[in-house]
Amino acid sequence: MKGVAIKTTYREAMRAALREALQRDPRVFLMGEDVGRYGGSYAVSMGLLAEFGEERIRDTPLSESAFVGAGIGAALAGMRPIVEVMTVNFSLLALDQILNNAATIRHMSGGQFSIPLVIRMATGGGRQLAAQHSHSLEGWYAHIPGIRVVAPATLADARGMLWTALADPDPVIIFEHALLYNMEGELAADAGAVDIDKAAVRRAGTDATLITYGGSLGKALQAAEELARAGISAEVVDLRTLRPLDDATIIASVSKTHRAVIVDEGWKTGSLAAEIMARIMELAFYELDAPLARVCSIEVPIPYAKHLEDAALPQVAGIVAAVEGVVRGKP
Amino acid sequence: MASHEFLMPSLGADMEAGTLVSWNIRPGDAVKRGQVVAVVETQKGAIDVEIWQDGTVEKLVVEPGQKVPVGAVLATLIAEGEPPTAAAVPEKAAAVAAPQPAVVRPQPAAIPARFRISPAARKLAEELGVNVDALTPAAADGVIGRADVERAAQAAKAGAPPKPGDWQAQMRKAIAAAMAKSKREIPHYYLGSGIEMTRALAWLERENAARPVTARMLYAVLLIKAVALALREVPELNGFWIDGAFQPGPGIHVGMAVAMRGGGLVAPAIHDADRKSLVQLMDDLRDLITRVRSGRLKSSEMADPTITLTSLGDLGVETVYGVIYPPQVALIGFGRISERAWAENGVVACRRAVTATLAADHRASDGHRGAVFLAAVNRLLQEPEQLQ
Repeated sequence: MKGVAIKTTYREAMRAALREALQRDPRVFLMGEDVGRYGGSYAVSMGLLAEFGEERIRDTPLSESAFVGAGIGAALAGMRPIVEVMTVNFSLLALDQILNNAATIRHMSGGQFSIPLVIRMATGGGRQLAAQHSHSLEGWYAHIPGIRVVAPATLADARGMLWTALADPDPVIIFEHALLYNMEGELAADAGAVDIDKAAVRRAGTDATLITYGGSLGKALQAAEELARAGISAEVVDLRTLRPLDDATIIASVSKTHRAVIVDEGWKTGSLAAEIMARIMELAFYELDAPLARVCSIEVPIPYAKHLEDAALPQVAGIVAAVEGVVRGKP
Repeated sequence: MASHEFLMPSLGADMEAGTLVSWNIRPGDAVKRGQVVAVVETQKGAIDVEIWQDGTVEKLVVEPGQKVPVGAVLATLIAEGEPPTAAAVPEKAAAVAAPQPAVVRPQPAAIPARFRISPAARKLAEELGVNVDALTPAAADGVIGRADVERAAQAAKAGAPPKPGDWQAQMRKAIAAAMAKSKREIPHYYLGSGIEMTRALAWLERENAARPVTARMLYAVLLIKAVALALREVPELNGFWIDGAFQPGPGIHVGMAVAMRGGGLVAPAIHDADRKSLVQLMDDLRDLITRVRSGRLKSSEMADPTITLTSLGDLGVETVYGVIYPPQVALIGFGRISERAWAENGVVACRRAVTATLAADHRASDGHRGAVFLAAVNRLLQEPEQLQ
């Protein structure tokens, strides 16, 4: 099978990852709102109830705090739960469980207990779901010590990050940008687990580095393509793991290109973009040939109207302009 | 208790700022008065900077590559017997007490507009040996970037003609500023005197005959010594005009005007020329010229000549009409030593002679004193064995 590529989607890759986990490890089960009979609000778990039964594909009441807490308890008791939270905004109802229990119990028990829990949730805007369902709050979770935060942006990562996350003895949150589920592409038929430690250079370049993740990766790659036509060679780094950040890959790229633009769908104040800029300044100040720049969401609640939503979120044209801004001194 | 400040010296009255090229010391090192502790890039090239106090280096304040105005604190040191400071807040009195050559004084230089260069460009410039001060930014924002450094490095490699802004042009600018200031502010008076050199040269030839070729002396050392001794007799020609008053020089430090290869001029000092033997003066002169050519002068040599001596005789010049280098108050010129018809005791004889001229600041001295000085130079040169 090696080398044979199959056509698939991000959604199907995610489902294949769930199926593999459920098949490989009897301790694994999936629970969340509408994951069973409805097949998941983004249809990721479609068909899994019939395949694995109600014991392992469990629909939950509409109470994020309760079912995330139940997942923590199950993990404490030796299970390998995968908890799906419909979208990141609903996860705020479970924030106390995540921040105060999942992230802390290893530390507070002196290492006696671990929480091998995986929480999946959809994130991001761009679907006209208005201000309450369009957040990108992964940067908030990346703030919390004690958990790992990953953001699969490619088919291979959608297929491969879940198993590695389950193997982690500590909680891992997987952020799936909702616009990615329909993304089509080719994936090796034998694709499997991937690391969740390293950032990846998705496109090599020499003039500037675009640092991004998740739903913004496609926009950054498209911007790099446009920039190439204008004679600017942009390197694109996909962070993949938002906590802990892979400083080495970021710094290596910036040390090569000497300029960087961070693309982050979160609001810029106190953001992941801000953290990355700070690290570059701390670790690679003497490599910088221009001030760093970033493309983030406009600091407003995300609008419902299509043209306003488009204007509020990072777009290709804005990324192109930001890169042109930092390479202006180039002959 | 107090830390002493080591300041960016003024390496000439026209210097407003200098770029620290490198440190020869680290915090904790013991330093001795006169020790070369740093290299500073000025419009006149790289200068070895000496420190004027014994002590222990406390902190290096300025980093290599930084350009700071004259009088800025480069480093702090702890004098012997003093405990290290807890807070690095220097006491004013202690800073003033740090012995400095008289002319090396903080000048109220205007703080230059901040030099804008990207960190990566500065790093690359260091790696490629590009002088960032000479760079001109291509981008409209006026910030020097890596591309500007790369361009300059390529131009240097290709042997491109020096662009305006490089050090030669900088030096021209410095000379222009100093000379314009001199002619604008200093009321010069000029005196000239023919000096018979027969005895002096005959003595020197005898001396040299007994020496190996490498140890032979040039007649220039006779002139230096005669000038230095004559200045003892007329001290108002030796020193500086500062803030409307004459300040006598702290010693007799004769600045030797030396033309540089590729253009330009410096006049570094031979210190305490009146107290040195001819042999010592010859050694100093040889050393000075070698270092001028290689661009490695010491800060004290640049900063504190108390008078300038210029000799253009080897190019056939008869008479030098000098322009005083401010804030000095006099310049001595010597032309060519030539055979002349010399009338003496009613007889015309053929003698070797030189024309000595004095350009002096009329604010500090009068023609009478200038004449006394030239007469003394003449008298001293007639007794060469006394100059040793």
